[in-house]
Amino acid sequence: MSDIVLAGVSVAYDGEPVVRDLDLTVASGEWLALIGPNGAGKTTILRAIARLVSFRGEIRIGGRAVTELSSRDVARKVAVLVQEPQMPAGMTVAQYVLLGRAPHLGYLGKESSRDRRIVRDVVRRLALEELASRPLDRLSGGERQRAAIARALAQQAPVLLIDEPTSSLDVGRQQSVLELIDQLRKEQELTVIAAMHELTLAGQYADRLALLVGGRLAAIGSAAEVLTEPAIAEHYRAQVKVIQMNGSGTAVVPVRN
Amino acid sequence: MLSIKVDAAAVPPAVLAGMPRLRWGWAGAGLLALAASCGVGVLVGPVHIGVGTVVQTLVGGAVDPGQANILWSLRFPRVVLGVLVGGTLAIAGAAYQGVFRNPLADPYLLGAAAGANLGATLAIAFAPGTSVLGVNVVPLAAFVGAGAAVSGAYALGRSVTGLRSATGLILAGVAIAAFFNSIQSYVQQTQTSSIRQVYSWILGRLVTAGWDDVLLILPYVLLSVVAIYLHRRLLDALTLGEDEVTSLGIPVRRVRLIVVVAATLGTAAVVAVGGTIAFVGIIVPHTIRLLVGRSYRVVIPLSVLFGAAFLVLADAAARTVVAPAELPIGVITAFLGAPFFIAVMRSTRAAAL
Repeated sequence: MSDIVLAGVSVAYDGEPVVRDLDLTVASGEWLALIGPNGAGKTTILRAIARLVSFRGEIRIGGRAVTELSSRDVARKVAVLVQEPQMPAGMTVAQYVLLGRAPHLGYLGKESSRDRRIVRDVVRRLALEELASRPLDRLSGGERQRAAIARALAQQAPVLLIDEPTSSLDVGRQQSVLELIDQLRKEQELTVIAAMHELTLAGQYADRLALLVGGRLAAIGSAAEVLTEPAIAEHYRAQVKVIQMNGSGTAVVPVRN
Repeated sequence: MLSIKVDAAAVPPAVLAGMPRLRWGWAGAGLLALAASCGVGVLVGPVHIGVGTVVQTLVGGAVDPGQANILWSLRFPRVVLGVLVGGTLAIAGAAYQGVFRNPLADPYLLGAAAGANLGATLAIAFAPGTSVLGVNVVPLAAFVGAGAAVSGAYALGRSVTGLRSATGLILAGVAIAAFFNSIQSYVQQTQTSSIRQVYSWILGRLVTAGWDDVLLILPYVLLSVVAIYLHRRLLDALTLGEDEVTSLGIPVRRVRLIVVVAATLGTAAVVAVGGTIAFVGIIVPHTIRLLVGRSYRVVIPLSVLFGAAFLVLADAAARTVVAPAELPIGVITAFLGAPFFIAVMRSTRAAAL
């Protein structure tokens, strides 16, 4: 079980509250998109779930409070894909993916042949074999994102936290990355929480959307429920037209008067 | 486990390419370089001693007692010390570079040598002949001084420029070193009774070094090298971003602390016998990165082998360039290292280490 429960979670950076008294429940196998204007606290919520930042309140994964787990146990449950992964120059794709095995290794980080096999399988699954021995600094933007997903997948954690998976990609690569994450979610029965900027894509790929404003939950529900013209006008201060497309989701289109 | 759909015709080889590993060829090359440099180090000197005599001496055969004496009491300990000093400075440099994510980090540039000198000077001047739990206090004081200098440089560099800047840390190290050197000079000048001992410490004793010096530093060097070697895979993980390493469940702070303590311990010990030898920790690891690869699984073990070989050769050069006089070995390493340092600084690839 990898359901996630946040109860009364607050986070402050240097005394400045960023997330305030947040309650949120994510079912096992669900994809929840965190949306909201810049500075709404989306990244901070992800960091709190992965215990990268200290928080008040309680966060439970599969029924266990993350504060009671060792950092290695958290890493076995939660894989994090940061917005701009650091790609060390000269490190090969295979070596990078291998780092994802870290929470399953001993203190000194010595991998077994099983770990190497898992890395090989993940690399194949993401069609990265051709690039396995290529240094990360010689990958394209889309290839880098695939390598980062591979590293997270090698972690074999049931929960995947993603911060802006498509931020620097063109529209075709945005779609292929999100399709890939969705396929992997179904294959591996992952619970996905993703901070997403693109509202239309968020509505198309996530089961539910949580709209955050100023560290508080302003709305939560399906795309049709959350992505409404008044809500977006109020919280994003944006002029948009929301179009319900038959069977293919909700489109949020900026309009100019 | 993952469920994977693979096209049978496109099954790649079972072993995945690109996995980090130290190839036997490079390990062998390192051992060969070390053996060759030791040979040169033993053979070079004011008194000509042939290869046959050296071999005879080593296996306990009948040789001229005068030559045997030169080998056993002068050349062998000097070469062994060169191996220990060079291997330790190179691995410490690589370790500092990994922990601080800074390609310019070097035991000398971080102020470790200056700190060790100050600690040793204070111990010699104010607590001569003291021992703590049977251990001579001078190396301990050197270690404390080196640790103070490195942590001071780290704190200063971080507070002033943040850790994004490679040069900030080094400038902080230079400032700390200058400060420590000034205190050290003051103590040295005012405590005239111990000035000779202090000088012998600061300038290094490779020239007069004997087996007692080998025994003095051996435990520290072994501890340092083994600890850093065991952490080589974690140094690779530390090249990721802070959140990324932490989210992998790696105890980042503990790893950093252990590696920095180990590198500083080794540096303090070798400064005791080698004196101030700069840039070995820059030249050797970066050459390995250029030629072999950047994974610390490769850089760490090869740094020990090639660092040792490099220093033994540099010492042999120091003995021959202006024979019958001798150059301090730090002169040779700085002459080679300073241009190398500038090259590393200019390289944009290194900045992204």
